[in-house]
Amino acid sequence: MSAAAAWARAATLVAGFVFLYAPIVVLAVMSFNASRLVSVWGGFSTKWYAALLQNAQLLHSAKISLAAALASAAIATVLGLLAAVALARFGGFRSRLLFFGAVHAPLVLPEVVLGLALLTCFVALGVGRGFVTLVIGHVTLTMCFMTVALLAALRDCDPTLEEAAMDLGATPPEAFARVALPQLAPAIVTAFLLAFTLSLDDLVIASFATGPGATTLPMRIYSQVRLGVSPQINAISTLLLALVAVSLGLAALVSYWRTGRNLRVPKTASHSPDKAP
Amino acid sequence: MSGRRRLSLGERLVIAAPYFWIAAFFLAPMLLVAKISVSQSVLARPPYRPIFQLSDSFADLWAKAQNFTLDSYRALVSDTLYVESYLSSLTIAAVSTLITLIVAYPFALAIARAPERLRPLLIGLAAAPFWTSFLIRVYAWIALLKDEGLINNALMALGLISAPLQMYATSGAVVVGIVYSYLPFMLLPLYAALERQDVSLREAAADLGASPAQVFFRVTLPLSREGVVAGSLLVFIPAVGEFVIPDLLGGSETLMIGRTLWNDFFSNHDWPAASAAAIALVALLMVPLLAWERARLKEEEEAR
Repeated sequence: MSAAAAWARAATLVAGFVFLYAPIVVLAVMSFNASRLVSVWGGFSTKWYAALLQNAQLLHSAKISLAAALASAAIATVLGLLAAVALARFGGFRSRLLFFGAVHAPLVLPEVVLGLALLTCFVALGVGRGFVTLVIGHVTLTMCFMTVALLAALRDCDPTLEEAAMDLGATPPEAFARVALPQLAPAIVTAFLLAFTLSLDDLVIASFATGPGATTLPMRIYSQVRLGVSPQINAISTLLLALVAVSLGLAALVSYWRTGRNLRVPKTASHSPDKAP
Repeated sequence: MSGRRRLSLGERLVIAAPYFWIAAFFLAPMLLVAKISVSQSVLARPPYRPIFQLSDSFADLWAKAQNFTLDSYRALVSDTLYVESYLSSLTIAAVSTLITLIVAYPFALAIARAPERLRPLLIGLAAAPFWTSFLIRVYAWIALLKDEGLINNALMALGLISAPLQMYATSGAVVVGIVYSYLPFMLLPLYAALERQDVSLREAAADLGASPAQVFFRVTLPLSREGVVAGSLLVFIPAVGEFVIPDLLGGSETLMIGRTLWNDFFSNHDWPAASAAAIALVALLMVPLLAWERARLKEEEEAR
């Protein structure tokens, strides 16, 4: 590879990362701007963060969003795991095609359509909208992502290990719980986090599914943003971005540490025969 | 999928919960939307005339089925607002997908050709924004694109323009927003396709006298076709039904179907019209998906 090609690659990488990160960095910097205006730098200030703490509405919505994200991610992960097990292990059962289609459809359906369908259903049933319907909406949205992610992880699992467990007398559920589940653990954690983020971030489904008293954080941010750029929104956005950045950093460290440890395993295994005699 | 066996009791217990959820909160609501789309619009709450009730006998059902109306669908075709929304959604989504591909391809290539040690870090950094709030990332562009925003200020300070360019609240801003938000969706499949390409194929082409451009267009690009198709679908399909981006970055003249539907539902309370638009949108999105699935199955058969 020539030096010119290497330079072109480096330049492409820099340009790509600037495009991806510059808007986020600008947003974060502006949250420390004492001036209300985007174009004027009025000096460094943390007053918008202080104002956030006084904003009871915003804090209440943040709590609602966190609770809904935790609840819906937990339910969606369980349902997604069950659906993935059915699709991966039960072979060609009767209504498989319908089940497969229905589980995957919300992935490609515009959120507006799914939200509209849920709302008409809640209205037709005469259910009052609020926190419960919000969680139902988010579970319906996220369980499809969970099914797809966990289905891929299940297919990567070595089925012979479970077969060996069953040969040794384990029932199929036992074999699954004690052999496959530990292998799936990292995928389940990732899936849970994905569902959590999707729910925390969702505006469209929440707007249709929730009711008075359960306004989510994205809905508050959205109604403020429609009125223009606001320093307080910059501040809360920066906090959310920082939360994601720290979580991703930790996840990267954990996976680095895990692979580092895995790499050492064969080494100790090859050493032990020498020591044995 | 040849076997069509019955499930054992244990298996039924496993599948019961997800099946029930999907049936109750996805299939049933979608059927309800289909039903409302053939109902008559009335000024009431809920704003449509119910068609069926559980207490109906078969004769009632038949009598009521005579009341089906395709008015909402007729309105879809004759109402220029809807026709324009569909056309402009498809155009904006297609243009955005193409630009995302053009932006993402060199980026994915540069990551795939970076030293092996650095690749996981680079692709991780490129995918990281996907985990941050979509709404916040779209919002961040408002401060950049506004008349008194950073880009206009920078261009004026450099003396390149004398008056601010109108970028915010245009269809162009919507395209920028889509390209920015969906870049990771394009990047990941492209990277996956490019990263597993065998270096020796390119070397062989070069040894046989191909110029670097020829190597790219006749080896690298054709071999990454799968990634290009997957990435394009992952951008195009959600972009067609996008609501947040056109609403925040677009102007009042930027019609997109997700936004029109939202307004019909929340502002105009015309549920039959919104439902008919939703059903039509689903049908529209099924076309590229089914075409893709068919092409994939055909390829699989040929490979056998």
